[in-house]
Amino acid sequence: MRGATRVKLAVGVTAVALTAAACGSSSDSGGSSSSTGGSGGGIVRASWGDPQNPLEPANTNEVQGGKVLDMIFRGLKQYNPKTAQAQNMIAQSITSSDSQNFDIKLKTGWTFSNGEPVNADSFINAWNYDTQLKNAQLNASFFSYIDGYDKVHPDTPGAKASATTLSGLTKVSDTEFKVKLNQKFALFPDTLGYAAFYPLPQAFFTNRQAWLAKPIGNGPYEISSYTKGSKMDLQKWDGYKGPDPAQNGGVELRVYTDNNTAYTDLQAGNIDLVDDIPVTQLRNVKSDLGNRYINVPAGIIQTISFPLYSSRWSSANSAKVRQGLSMAINRKEITDQIFQQTRTPASDWTSPVLGSAGGFKEGLCGEECTFNADKAKQLIAEGGGLPGGKITISYNADTGSHKEWVDAVCNSINNALGNNTACVGAPVGTFADFRNRITSKQLDNPFRAGWQMDYPLIQDFLQPQYFTGASSNDSHYSNANFDKLVNEANAASSTSDSVSKFQDAEKQLVIDMPAIPLWYQNGSAGYSSNLSNVALNPFSVPVYNEIKVK
Amino acid sequence: MGRYVIRRLLQMVPVFIGTTLLIFVMVWGLGDPVAAMFGDRTPDPATAAQIRHDLHLNDPLIQQYWIYMSNVFKGDFGNAWNQQPVTDLLKTAYPVTLRLTIVAFLIEAIVGVALGVFAGLRRGRFFDTGVLAMTLIVVSIPTFVTGYVLQYFFGVKWSIVHPSVGEGAPFKDLLMPGLVLAGVSLAYVARLTRTSVAENTRADYLRTAVAKGLPRRRVITNHMLRNSLIPVVTFLGTDIGNLMAGALVTERIFNIHGVGYQIYQGIVHNSPATVVGFVTVLVIVFLLANLLVDLLYAVLDPRIRYA
Repeated sequence: MRGATRVKLAVGVTAVALTAAACGSSSDSGGSSSSTGGSGGGIVRASWGDPQNPLEPANTNEVQGGKVLDMIFRGLKQYNPKTAQAQNMIAQSITSSDSQNFDIKLKTGWTFSNGEPVNADSFINAWNYDTQLKNAQLNASFFSYIDGYDKVHPDTPGAKASATTLSGLTKVSDTEFKVKLNQKFALFPDTLGYAAFYPLPQAFFTNRQAWLAKPIGNGPYEISSYTKGSKMDLQKWDGYKGPDPAQNGGVELRVYTDNNTAYTDLQAGNIDLVDDIPVTQLRNVKSDLGNRYINVPAGIIQTISFPLYSSRWSSANSAKVRQGLSMAINRKEITDQIFQQTRTPASDWTSPVLGSAGGFKEGLCGEECTFNADKAKQLIAEGGGLPGGKITISYNADTGSHKEWVDAVCNSINNALGNNTACVGAPVGTFADFRNRITSKQLDNPFRAGWQMDYPLIQDFLQPQYFTGASSNDSHYSNANFDKLVNEANAASSTSDSVSKFQDAEKQLVIDMPAIPLWYQNGSAGYSSNLSNVALNPFSVPVYNEIKVK
Repeated sequence: MGRYVIRRLLQMVPVFIGTTLLIFVMVWGLGDPVAAMFGDRTPDPATAAQIRHDLHLNDPLIQQYWIYMSNVFKGDFGNAWNQQPVTDLLKTAYPVTLRLTIVAFLIEAIVGVALGVFAGLRRGRFFDTGVLAMTLIVVSIPTFVTGYVLQYFFGVKWSIVHPSVGEGAPFKDLLMPGLVLAGVSLAYVARLTRTSVAENTRADYLRTAVAKGLPRRRVITNHMLRNSLIPVVTFLGTDIGNLMAGALVTERIFNIHGVGYQIYQGIVHNSPATVVGFVTVLVIVFLLANLLVDLLYAVLDPRIRYA
């Protein structure tokens, strides 16, 4: 990291010699491996990280495995890469009269790349498999809205499943099935673009191990070879009949040990696309890549969450302290200085990628999320001061370079309060340990939290995190009014009604401030001059099938 | 000699058990890996319980160790954090690191000893001072700095070599990482050899050899070098293990999917199977390298004999 900066310094010193050398070498940079580009059929060489889990749709909850699934699968719905709107893909129509019983009709003609048709069974069998407790799928809880979930996947540890199929799923014909939910959920159809809801071919069930070694899907690409831990070759699937076939010959995903190395390879022309620009290179990236650098909002929000179960934060007055802390943080300065504008100061609890129709509302938090040192000091004093006179902010020290911004946030708070010891960072060695402390309620001080949306809905930003007893409600926030409004939003008859109800619920968060919104995270990527039409989708994953290779 | 080797091999057994147990306990102490699998999302309790059961995480530590070790002796090293069998990882990672180690070791041994000998023979002259100054600089710069600097200039600016190591880690890609990895050790080897050589040039037996009228080449290679190399061989022997284990930084910088990278991944993802598996093999490498060094003493110095 520091090495890289020194390199830049050294470059300046010996500029003349280097410029000469660089000119001489630019034509052959990349050596033999850059000659893969052909017209239309070129291969995109892209950086990758080892997927953390087997590449099953319901077992993949991180972006590296998600990339592959995005390429080889298409679901009932697909999120528009630009607008994040859920649009019908395999679904012909999804209709409901009561926001609880849904009728899903499929388009005909879709097949998996092994020739199997994509029909109602492909979905029903997959969803049953994904839910079954014995399969221990990480995303099983996404099916919890479907009637019968608690029989197939009882939630108490050690309990045995009393059914193997979801009673809420009924097949009508090969191209139609019905879904009964256990509660009203108006936005349910819009969640169906998420990877967990992808269909699975019969080949998966007959030989799962073979399938995992080389997954078979129904998307614009098929996997031609997969060397675990090293690379994956995907080629355009010529039999793909969907509306979004690949614009290139294929994608070669290479596992990199370090995003710095991937970035160096991009500069040297050994790779075409890097979708994770190292923090240390953000300063140089614009001069290195010019307009081949992408920096767009992604569906990720960073917050500082409070352990509301701790006596330090449970008093009625403590909300004022939390509001005060929020106002003591100079978000703009931190996003400019530390993140080089790859974060945007947050003023609500969702994300700009939702768009205003989807529920994002800039400034919803109001002055409570705007830097104001005097007001902050006053509010904290009114609320009885910081509990015990000081706070710490916990973060995991192993990944994500959180130390820099946590220290900056603490500095900002300390400056506002005129007290150098009011706030300090509290590193926890590993991410696993950090998460364990949070989920086992061991913390009595605020901690950093990040939320990456599963699907571009305001519901996904609010309900899992702030609804009483919800799966990821790490603060253990509970407010009757918030819960009531969320329930009303889910039962609403139209999307726009639902969204506005969710926004009403969100306003309750301003009053209680269970988590301080910090900033929206951007996705960043850089690409070589071999490529054009490169874009990131709202999940900060490159839209591979639209990339053109020169 | 044979009895000595057998005794040494038997001594390895308790060392082996001790180290693996220690590593197992330490990785276990890092905490529950299940929480990390779910990212920022809170695990749903039933699924988490099922995964813990599958991984034997609910059993007492010593029983987990027992299950693990009995599997190891059946050739099953368990599964890594991404469900890949650790034996597969060992099979792919060790050859890569071995190649890197060979490259680094050759650079270190050949260049290091050569520099040391020439510097030692020309003690106090310009070449000697130059070597001393240069090695001092190399020792004081951290590996990641030399790594990134060389990578940037040779790989990106001048495009002489690939900045990262390609699939299968061909030897030509490993030259630069090998140099970076060998750097610090090379400096030590050069300095050790230089001191040893400089000391021995004034030894009685060397004066005798010269007085006997032996040719200079024979004096240096047979009489001086053989005696001077004992401390160097000790260092080189233990360094084989260090090079293999210590390639963590170098492997990350140059995209080498070797032992250091896999151990790092194992630690980050809290996977005892990966870490213990790799360290176990490393421990064996260390022990064997040490044995080899001890046996080499006897070859270099006729006064040392093992019963």
